[in-house]
Amino acid sequence: MNQSVPGKPMPDASPETKPYWDALAQGKLLLQRCAECGRIRHYPRPMCDACHSMASDWVEASGEAVVHSWTVAHHPFHPAFRAELPYVLVTADLAEGVRLLAQLRDAGAATLRPGLPLRVGFEDNGEGSVLPVLRPITPA
Amino acid sequence: MQLANKAAVTGVGDTDYTRDAGGRSALSLQLEAALKAIRDAGLVPREIDGIVMPSPTSPVVAEELVTNLGIPDLRFSAGTPLGGAGPVAALQCAAAAVAAGICSHVLVTLGRTGRTGQRIGARIQQMPQFRTVGEFEAPSGALAPAQYYAPMARRHMEVFGTTSRQLAEIAVTTRQHAILNGNAQMTTPLTIEDHQASRIISDPLRLFDCSLESDGAAAVVVSAANRARDLRQPRVLLAGMAEGHPDSPSAITQRGDMTRLGLAKAAPRAFAMAGVTPADIDVAEIYDCFTYIVLCQLEDLGFCAKGEGGAFVEGGALGLAGRLPVNTHGGLLSQAHIAGLNHVVELVRQLRGEAGRAQVPGAEVGLVTGYGDLGDGTLAIMTRG
Repeated sequence: MNQSVPGKPMPDASPETKPYWDALAQGKLLLQRCAECGRIRHYPRPMCDACHSMASDWVEASGEAVVHSWTVAHHPFHPAFRAELPYVLVTADLAEGVRLLAQLRDAGAATLRPGLPLRVGFEDNGEGSVLPVLRPITPA
Repeated sequence: MQLANKAAVTGVGDTDYTRDAGGRSALSLQLEAALKAIRDAGLVPREIDGIVMPSPTSPVVAEELVTNLGIPDLRFSAGTPLGGAGPVAALQCAAAAVAAGICSHVLVTLGRTGRTGQRIGARIQQMPQFRTVGEFEAPSGALAPAQYYAPMARRHMEVFGTTSRQLAEIAVTTRQHAILNGNAQMTTPLTIEDHQASRIISDPLRLFDCSLESDGAAAVVVSAANRARDLRQPRVLLAGMAEGHPDSPSAITQRGDMTRLGLAKAAPRAFAMAGVTPADIDVAEIYDCFTYIVLCQLEDLGFCAKGEGGAFVEGGALGLAGRLPVNTHGGLLSQAHIAGLNHVVELVRQLRGEAGRAQVPGAEVGLVTGYGDLGDGTLAIMTRG
């Protein structure tokens, strides 16, 4: 339609975060875990803020989540998202104790409330990146 | 060394605030504001011996101010790159520099062509503070401040029952003040119904919950308190200053309590330094990139308990005749988005009794805040003296 629309922002992965993005492409949500004290942290980063170890490994998230907050995007801040408006961005508490921001699928914002159970899914963004999405466990 | 009352704001200046400065550069606007502030203080440019630049993305650097103003001996130069918390952080930085004897008169300027130049909404993508959300949240479509901050407002609404009409109270009162000020982009009255009918930007934030994009500049001069006594204006002392950073400063998403800002850590420090309490504040200029950010800061400052901000702002409470006059110049919502340096200018004018039709009668103790990036907070308490 409009060939001048720029592409969506691509994940700008670093060597430290590349395993996270590589796993998403395989349909897995990985969380970084401190190899010394076992603390799970997100977003991925070099150092454990509890014990200051720089050794870490990855654990696969259960995919269980609940709603913490959300927003519904109506204004086209980026032309590549204009066709998707309005879309719901959910801030979700993962069962592992960290949070995920992802678009909501299969439900509208009117059904949301803090604590509503969700499940993590995966979706190609149409431009070659697989991103997490969130769905209600019981479709509304 | 205690910093209280060691420095004073001795000069303030600003340009016309518009949507289009007619092609003038940010440097030209800042020089105009700077010269006004220096002359307002009763100084000449060669007496400036310190510069603090509050903006990390300023198109103007200290060297250009030195060159144009003909400053012969700059002894101190610093930056306070905290987004909208930067201008008030610059006051603390300047106060520390003059209290330490490094320099005597520090110029702080900020100006932009935010409307006609680089759009403010797009600016954050280039800022290193936003690198984390840029990697992990922008790909999902969270791209602009309204989208990053809206979940804080939604959480506040869900937990405390805060309503959009309460946010509208802030927008309506702020607009009334802009009209009284005169030097403001927004000049027509706004009603709660106008706010409720405005389009949604990022729910729950509507168009009139959002600040402006502006062309213009502001400047202030901070001087050692013992040098300020000899200058042209009544002294406005920097009685208390502090900076505070939120938990998970790089991502609101990961913040344990999403309804609390860095200002909650800073406020007790500044009040203790100044030796006053919230009940002593006659006028408050609160950083207002969005209406919700004002409401949250009123709580974090201790004007009301956490969760009670919605009730606190109702019924015109923030108006000139209300319990706490707030943003008497029209703020970022209705005067102009000069990243809050216009808030500093206004507080000084209030404490000098120079605020015109929006003057709070007898204002002697005032407060100004900054809010930046993903929740950094700053405040300064000033007194006439």
